[in-house]
Amino acid sequence: MKVRIKFSKNGPLKFIGHLDVMRYFQKAIRRSSIPIAYSEGFNPHQIMSFASPLSVGHTSQGEYMDIEVTSFLGEDEMRERLQGVMAEGIEILKVRLLPAGAGNAMASVAAASYRVTFRPGISLPDHWQEKLAAFYEQEEIPVVKKTKKGEKEINLKESIYDLHIDTNPCPAVCMLLNASSGGNIRPSFVLERFFATLKWELPPYALMVHRLELYRREEERLVPLIWEK
Amino acid sequence: MRKLALRDDILLQVEKPARYIGGEVNAVMKDKEQVAVRFAMCFPDVYEIGMSHLGIQIIYDMMNQFEDVWCERVYSPWVDLDQIMRKEKIPLFALESQDPVRDFDFLGITIQYEMCYTNILQILDLSGIPLLARDRGEQDPVVIGGGPCTYNPEPFCDFFDLIYVGEAETRYRELLDLYKEYKAGGWTRRKFLCRAALIPGIYVPSLYEVIYREDGTIRERIPLEEGIPQIIEKELVKDMTDTYYPLKPVVPFIQVTQDRVVLEIQRGCIRGCRFCQAGQIYRPVRERDVDTLKRYAVEMLKNTGHEEISLSSLSSSDYSRLPELLDYLIEKCGQEKINISLPSLRIDAFSLDVMNRVQDVKKSSLTFAPEAGSQRMRDIINKGLTEEVILEGARLAFEGGWTRVKLYFMLGLPMETQEDIREIAHLCNKIAALFYDTVPREKRNGRVQIVASTSFFIPKPFTPFQWAAQNTKEQFLEKAYLTRTSIAGELNQKSIKYNWHEADASVLEGVFARGDRRLNQVILRAYEKGCLYDAWSEYYRNDVWLSAFSECGVDPDFYTVRERADDEVFPWDFLDCGVSRAFLLREWHRSCRGEVTPNCKERCNGCGASRYGCGICTESGKGAQL
Repeated sequence: MKVRIKFSKNGPLKFIGHLDVMRYFQKAIRRSSIPIAYSEGFNPHQIMSFASPLSVGHTSQGEYMDIEVTSFLGEDEMRERLQGVMAEGIEILKVRLLPAGAGNAMASVAAASYRVTFRPGISLPDHWQEKLAAFYEQEEIPVVKKTKKGEKEINLKESIYDLHIDTNPCPAVCMLLNASSGGNIRPSFVLERFFATLKWELPPYALMVHRLELYRREEERLVPLIWEK
Repeated sequence: MRKLALRDDILLQVEKPARYIGGEVNAVMKDKEQVAVRFAMCFPDVYEIGMSHLGIQIIYDMMNQFEDVWCERVYSPWVDLDQIMRKEKIPLFALESQDPVRDFDFLGITIQYEMCYTNILQILDLSGIPLLARDRGEQDPVVIGGGPCTYNPEPFCDFFDLIYVGEAETRYRELLDLYKEYKAGGWTRRKFLCRAALIPGIYVPSLYEVIYREDGTIRERIPLEEGIPQIIEKELVKDMTDTYYPLKPVVPFIQVTQDRVVLEIQRGCIRGCRFCQAGQIYRPVRERDVDTLKRYAVEMLKNTGHEEISLSSLSSSDYSRLPELLDYLIEKCGQEKINISLPSLRIDAFSLDVMNRVQDVKKSSLTFAPEAGSQRMRDIINKGLTEEVILEGARLAFEGGWTRVKLYFMLGLPMETQEDIREIAHLCNKIAALFYDTVPREKRNGRVQIVASTSFFIPKPFTPFQWAAQNTKEQFLEKAYLTRTSIAGELNQKSIKYNWHEADASVLEGVFARGDRRLNQVILRAYEKGCLYDAWSEYYRNDVWLSAFSECGVDPDFYTVRERADDEVFPWDFLDCGVSRAFLLREWHRSCRGEVTPNCKERCNGCGASRYGCGICTESGKGAQL
């Protein structure tokens, strides 16, 4: 049986990298005594997969992983057991038993939403908000993206599904971006391209990125990886 | 949510920021307003090394069981953060509260190896605590040292207010109570130190003066206060079962060196190898009750979620209930898919059988530590291991399917000849040849791999070799060269790989091991000149150390290349490690005659540790107690 788990990652734990988050959950699951399934072979490991790695320094309220269990304890019981062994900063938000044949979390991811704020003390170019809106309004945003094979030109506009500015409590850029395995766009990439058009360079570590949700595609609609019943 | 001491942009530019954030599973949080004493416990090396150390976990667990104490952890900032902290004047902080170390009541530093001495100064410096104990006042934390290097604390004694000699489980409560009295009574720091000097196991370096002879050796030590002890006796836990043990050790977020549950099955060693300090200072051997260990193993695995458990001791094969313990662990861990790692096992039929049961089919390498190539040399060092035993172990291993063998040797042992060194090569060759004789051609999968490693022998205090001369760097290198050419001349040389240690750092380690108080200024000078992380070869700067010695007018050779007279007063002689100097001298003389001494299980040799009335010394049928 496959179970999908949604969790958040906040505070100091944003400095734990993806591989260490995986190790953390392997140990947490042992502590929680959840009956996880193990792979066959000489070196059995827990059957566990993560939807989409989160960069070091980013926070999130929409992280997902799938685990395979040998018996299902119920969604609430599992959530409570796991929550009981968490370190401060990671919270188990939801647990959902997946229907048989559901695709795994990583393959399902189509998009991700982010809320990006600027580190205090950074002075941004004048009228950047209006200019960002205009940047997004363009029909086409040709950019050069570095890939494993080299560089290629893409139309960034096609990968931005939504972009708007929220000013409460402080200016934040909210974005819904392509996060599929072939076309993932990082929120910092969008803002770097934008500020480059203003001939202005973002200082290092200027952005505070918070992931809000991960989405999969269902009949052309984007829905969260754990859907409401 | 805890607030971190370091800004995000700093944490994002340093390597492995998780080293500095604390908040790990099982880390202890308390309300600082509700505790009387705040203790910062430091391992002066990088997080991944420090977090792998069992001793700190024991102390952390013990102190945090005290309701009036909050013990937190501190490790050395890595070189990248070190520079940022200096530039931005960010004070060193403890991981749990992220509060500056200088606001704590105590800073405890465990001193596990000589090459960390400059890191001690880094910790003090970044904390904003005066480097020299004599410059500290009532507002500064009490800086206390512990760990194996404190069996000769003199080279770094100026940096410490107190040194705790021996095992930490016994006297900290008393010391903490005294500290509370000091604070409540508004005593001077000096009064506190004088009172602390009366607690057994506590050494207060500033209360003693050392007078040297013209030849540089010690004439006498003078206590500067009335009533303080001339001799400080080590502390030890008499009952290993009825004491503290961390059942909820902190689980790091990042991978550390020892990323597993560590089960300390016993303390001490029966074997009395003459080069080994641990084999002397942790006497007598004390075993932990097997049923307690079983319970600990289950609880610790449950509390940490680790996927591996390791047995810890100086010589696990000597633990009397090992078969029972391993049977239990193999059954438990097999169900839970937990690995068992078994360091420090003698290779014999029993251990190979156990390894077959705990390891998967891909056989990792087996390790032998003959320490010396010739039987003559092994008798001199009292390594109770014969060539027949080594070859029999190797034969069983080859029959069992192992094809990789690691062998550890030392070069520069006392009375070593060129022939002894050539014997290292011969032994490697014999083991390789044995593989080809044992395993038929059709069953072989390529060559056998023999990896021979040599380290350079460094005489340590409280060993029979504390009188011995250490080799010079040139001798070390000649011997490594001879080992290499001898191996190259063997028939099976293609199956043998040879590694050797660097010689420069071994010389410095030897200076510190048997050094005296005059080295404090050299360490301070080297630190001021930029030495740090000397245990990391990429940061070790021998030329800077040499100039620090010469600027201070201290000759490193004085501490290393001299053979000591039987009656020379050593800098560490004021400590009583449980084993008498008379016993060590007897062992030194026996060694010079090539005589072996039986182990504690075979016969009591009257080392002096029986006075503690515990462990193996109280078990009957072990021969006459001397």
